[in-house]
Amino acid sequence: MTVELLPDLVLCVLLLVVAWSALFASTRRDAMALFVAFGMIVALVWARLGAPDLALAEAAIGAGLTGVLLLRAARKLPVSSARRFDYRRHLGALTFIVVAVSGFAVSIILPSPADITANNFDSPVAAAMPDSGVSHPVTAVLLNFRAWDTFLELLVLLFAITGLRQLFPIEKESLEPARTWQLLVSWTRTLVPLLLLVGAYLLWRGSSGPGGAFQAGALLAAGCVMLRITGMLPPLHWSLFAVRGSVCAGTLLFLCTAVLTHSLGAGWLDYPEAHAGTLILMIETLATLSIAIILTLLVAGERKDLCS
Amino acid sequence: MTPGTLVDILSWTLMAAGICFYLTGALGLLRFSDFYCRLHAVTKTDTLGLGFLALGLAIASGSLRAACYIFLIYLIAMASAAVNGQLLARYKLEQEQSQDDS
Repeated sequence: MTVELLPDLVLCVLLLVVAWSALFASTRRDAMALFVAFGMIVALVWARLGAPDLALAEAAIGAGLTGVLLLRAARKLPVSSARRFDYRRHLGALTFIVVAVSGFAVSIILPSPADITANNFDSPVAAAMPDSGVSHPVTAVLLNFRAWDTFLELLVLLFAITGLRQLFPIEKESLEPARTWQLLVSWTRTLVPLLLLVGAYLLWRGSSGPGGAFQAGALLAAGCVMLRITGMLPPLHWSLFAVRGSVCAGTLLFLCTAVLTHSLGAGWLDYPEAHAGTLILMIETLATLSIAIILTLLVAGERKDLCS
Repeated sequence: MTPGTLVDILSWTLMAAGICFYLTGALGLLRFSDFYCRLHAVTKTDTLGLGFLALGLAIASGSLRAACYIFLIYLIAMASAAVNGQLLARYKLEQEQSQDDS
């Protein structure tokens, strides 16, 4: 038992308590606030587990942008009445937790054929690292060895924005009250350049350390959302070519790369070794742009933005 | 007493002071009755608590580079806490005024 175990145990208990309270909160607003807090704690847990990539993404997307999205949705929904305490729901959850935890404990205590704590992730990746074009293993996996997964993630975002465009027409025009407080405007003016700087740094840093397209895109989107809320950024009309181009850019470049590597080279998304680094950087840059614009539209997009 | 232990004592004292401020802030958030009082408790004690914590960590880190990073993070966190406190209070005030008018 070491001293370092103490904060980890506190985090674990906190995670469970906040998850429980978010699930069984009495009002919808409490549940949303607790869900944002849950995202922050998950980010801390990832950081403690030594996965700063995931911690950054979770903090920016899970806690930050999702929080704004939920709060915006909450304003449009009717106020929910306080929920009655229902012991059956608690009982079901408790049973699930007991079964899951005891299963986990059994799998740790019993000698298993393959040691689950063994780090069998490093060796094949480490062996293939010199051919990947980048020096950070996580980026190498995400954009080279398993580039297919990242491509599909971009497609998911594209589907999300398409779905949102289909759903918007049935909703009434929302009139957001203009918030033109001088304090908010000056704070946005201070913060957005910083966000831009950190986002660009994370994108660049992605090839050699924690960072990359999703983290950078989320930060840029946060800046765009702030600018949109304060009215400093004009509406991102869907009719503008720049908006549609930015939304599709990452996916299109990925698709072109896949087709070209298939027809000229070794296979789908099998980059030529000499150009792997350049290709990854280009894909990451355009993917960052796409992610930033799509997340901005998902979070702060209004009907007049998306259906014009 | 070696300089090392002196540094340890100093940094731990500062961090303990910071934690005390956080605790009082949490207590105020739980016990105060009014929205503005709660906001007052949280923003004030958070800023002070984070300041003590950052100072303690900077001393404990023992490197000027890390201390500079911690100072920059402290600046951003302090500014955002102050701005957020102001914005929340203004929003609440506007809501109350519009309720009074109607």
